[in-house]
Amino acid sequence: MTPGSYAIERATTASRLGAVAGAVLLAVLVALPFWGSSSDMRLLVEFLSMLTLAQMWNLLAGYGGLVSVGQQAYVGLGGYALNVLADFLGLDPFLSVFLAGLVAVALALPTAALVFRFQGGYFAVGTWVVAEVYYLLIANSSMLGGGLGRSLQALRSIPRAERERLTYWIALAVGVGAVALVYLMLRSRRGLALTAIRDSARASESLGIDVFRSKLFAYLVAAFGGGVAGALIYLNLLRILPTAAFSVNWTAAMIFVVVIGGIGTIEGPIVGTLVFFVLRELLADYGAWYLIVLGAVAIVVMVWAPHGLWGLVAARLGLRFFPVQRRVRLATVVDP
Amino acid sequence: MSLLSVHDLTAFYHDFQALFGISLHVDAGEVVGIIGANGAGKSTFLRSVVGLNASPPEAVRFDGRPIGGRPTHDIIGLGIALVPEGRRIFPSLSVEENLRIGAHRGRPGGWSLARVYELFPVLRERRAMSGIALSGGQQQMLAIGRGLMANPRLLLLDEVSLGLAPAVVHDIYRALRAIVGDGTTTLFVEQDVGRALGVCDRLYCFQEGRLSLEGRPLDLTRAQIAAAYFGV
Amino acid sequence: MDWVNAVVQGVLLGGLYALFATGLSLVFGIMRVVNLAHGDFIILAAFLGVAVVGLTGVSPFLGLLVVVPVMLGLGYAIQRALLARVLDRGVLPPLLVTFGLSIIIQNALLQLFSADDRRLEVGGITTASIAITGQVAIGWYPLIVFVVGVLAIVGLQLLFFRTALGRAFRATADDPETARLMGINHRHTYAVAVAIAFGIIGLAGVFLGIRTTFSPDIGPGRLLVAFETVVIGGLGSLWGTLLGGVILGVAHTIGGKIDPAYRELTGHLVFLLVLLARPEGLFGRAVRET
Repeated sequence: MTPGSYAIERATTASRLGAVAGAVLLAVLVALPFWGSSSDMRLLVEFLSMLTLAQMWNLLAGYGGLVSVGQQAYVGLGGYALNVLADFLGLDPFLSVFLAGLVAVALALPTAALVFRFQGGYFAVGTWVVAEVYYLLIANSSMLGGGLGRSLQALRSIPRAERERLTYWIALAVGVGAVALVYLMLRSRRGLALTAIRDSARASESLGIDVFRSKLFAYLVAAFGGGVAGALIYLNLLRILPTAAFSVNWTAAMIFVVVIGGIGTIEGPIVGTLVFFVLRELLADYGAWYLIVLGAVAIVVMVWAPHGLWGLVAARLGLRFFPVQRRVRLATVVDP
Repeated sequence: MSLLSVHDLTAFYHDFQALFGISLHVDAGEVVGIIGANGAGKSTFLRSVVGLNASPPEAVRFDGRPIGGRPTHDIIGLGIALVPEGRRIFPSLSVEENLRIGAHRGRPGGWSLARVYELFPVLRERRAMSGIALSGGQQQMLAIGRGLMANPRLLLLDEVSLGLAPAVVHDIYRALRAIVGDGTTTLFVEQDVGRALGVCDRLYCFQEGRLSLEGRPLDLTRAQIAAAYFGV
Repeated sequence: MDWVNAVVQGVLLGGLYALFATGLSLVFGIMRVVNLAHGDFIILAAFLGVAVVGLTGVSPFLGLLVVVPVMLGLGYAIQRALLARVLDRGVLPPLLVTFGLSIIIQNALLQLFSADDRRLEVGGITTASIAITGQVAIGWYPLIVFVVGVLAIVGLQLLFFRTALGRAFRATADDPETARLMGINHRHTYAVAVAIAFGIIGLAGVFLGIRTTFSPDIGPGRLLVAFETVVIGGLGSLWGTLLGGVILGVAHTIGGKIDPAYRELTGHLVFLLVLLARPEGLFGRAVRET
């Protein structure tokens, strides 16, 4: 029995329907400034920033197999890069959000040169150390406001309503862009290589995949996304404080979002971010309990449902909205 | 009653079935060989006996008691020792420490460090070296010695001749004859059919996860063995 | 001369850092797991000390008689009940589970004890010192901690290389499956290893709490200290860990002397330097993490 012609398919029924639904949702969201309130926009900016950070962490860990506990470095660096580019260099603050991503990548290169000397758990703590170094260097530089931080001046001249609208649309572009970036990356050959490396680095190497370069590429993309997200966060908050900007709680949030939502899928971080914000609203009055619950849920999910909430749903229903897998469909089967 | 009695044993590696209902027995004092081609399920079988693979309790009986699926360290404590395929010497332990750890359960019996050194003098010479600094043949001797240190009632050997030069295999089998001559019940897996025939009282042949032949060496012809081995 | 004093303080501080690090490297060496909650467990032990002292009024030193056994049991339980479930699932799950524990512990301590700084009081011994020369003095307490650190390392060396349990640890770390063939209960062995690591964490926490003020949020900083100590000294060498602690301790005291704000930064920079120059650490064997 030999196969005749075959085709490589990606799209599923769910993904086609999902694409339509997604387009409708996107149109509604773009129009939000005209039917929603200020606080709606602020909440969504937070949501989209978190989603971006989560997609990046997922790219690193779920696809690249690199557990970084130092991604907060790029949040802080992105936030401060925004301040430097917009206030000190006088560049357009909204453009600076994206330029901050490039600054993050530039700093990610020497960082990678150091931390890639480690693997696994040591890599994780190594990234944390480097994040601390960035924090200490910035917290000790009086030019950047030192330990007391600084306020972004560049938006002072823009009326408040316009500032909020523009910030919101940038956030939408960043959030959608992050998801699209990860999706396109994973559909590419690089993405296939990453998935192979995640499953077995040794086998991948024997096939000629440059494991180091693939992981480095994932790390740089994640740094870019982190820097842009950081800049966006502090474009929204306007005031940046080094202890908060470089706090490991950013990474904690990323981890919990991805683990609870579903690691190694694109849908997972979206689900996880929703759960994160719902929990935050529900437990808003309980202070430290919020984080205890989050931590406990993450552990429970990791032990008993390692593919997260989305994993449970997808396994049950066979759904895939972001089709990154390829299927071979045989067109004809010819008997000898 | 047999010392080891296996009944309708199956084994799976995820979805792949490696054993399809093996039944065999080993009586006290016997030397039983298992031959078969690569992938026939011989090593899988030994692993199942010591509990490294899951089995229903009744599928494996030792001294009449069901041991199927019990934790490996319990089964070892009952008096079974496995000299694993590939030697599996502990790199962080010296030669002597590798032997000592074989006696971890502290079962009483005739085997001791002194007696193992008597059997394999080359190990005494190299006792302080790291276990993996030895040659292949010496590592095999070490692995066998380690198994003996457990003072087992049933000794399982998995492919002791694998990857070794003929002269070395010759020495190892000479030692094995001394061990079995002592009365140690032995069940061994061996790819080298000639060697197996020379040592065992009875043999079984596995073919693709099933028993294809059973008998005493003197009762079996070359042709029968070849047919059972290759499944033609 | 002030500088000599600073160096001496740094060397003695290395004993405490070695205590921090030994627990971390013990668990990593046997199970290849980096416990991201390591520092938080140290602080947990310190707060356990606070609770014991608060309830009974005994000296924190006596409090060790409660804290250490509790930590031993806690370590055993956490390994058997939680970590064992994720050990064989690759690199991510143990890291993520221990990170979750880190967040839980920090916030639970915050809820129970508030964010206030605490200290375990032992009276005069923390300020008493031996004068070596006119200008250089060695504090009694830092000396005691240093000696405890050295004893812990000696104890572990003896355990690992002179006992049957130590043999079992090394064999299980090499090849858990073949260790089972020796009759070793690998689940129990891992749990005993974690228990011992937690016992050392208990010591470290109480000694830290006596030496300096602490609060629920300083756990991660202790993890970084332990980690940097292990990396500088080199994985696989207990004496290297002591040396790593001493080097890091001296870096902290010298850096802190230049400017209190530079204390940790100096430590991080020394760590990065060692990482660049000699990634396997000063005494380490190159270990491939599989």
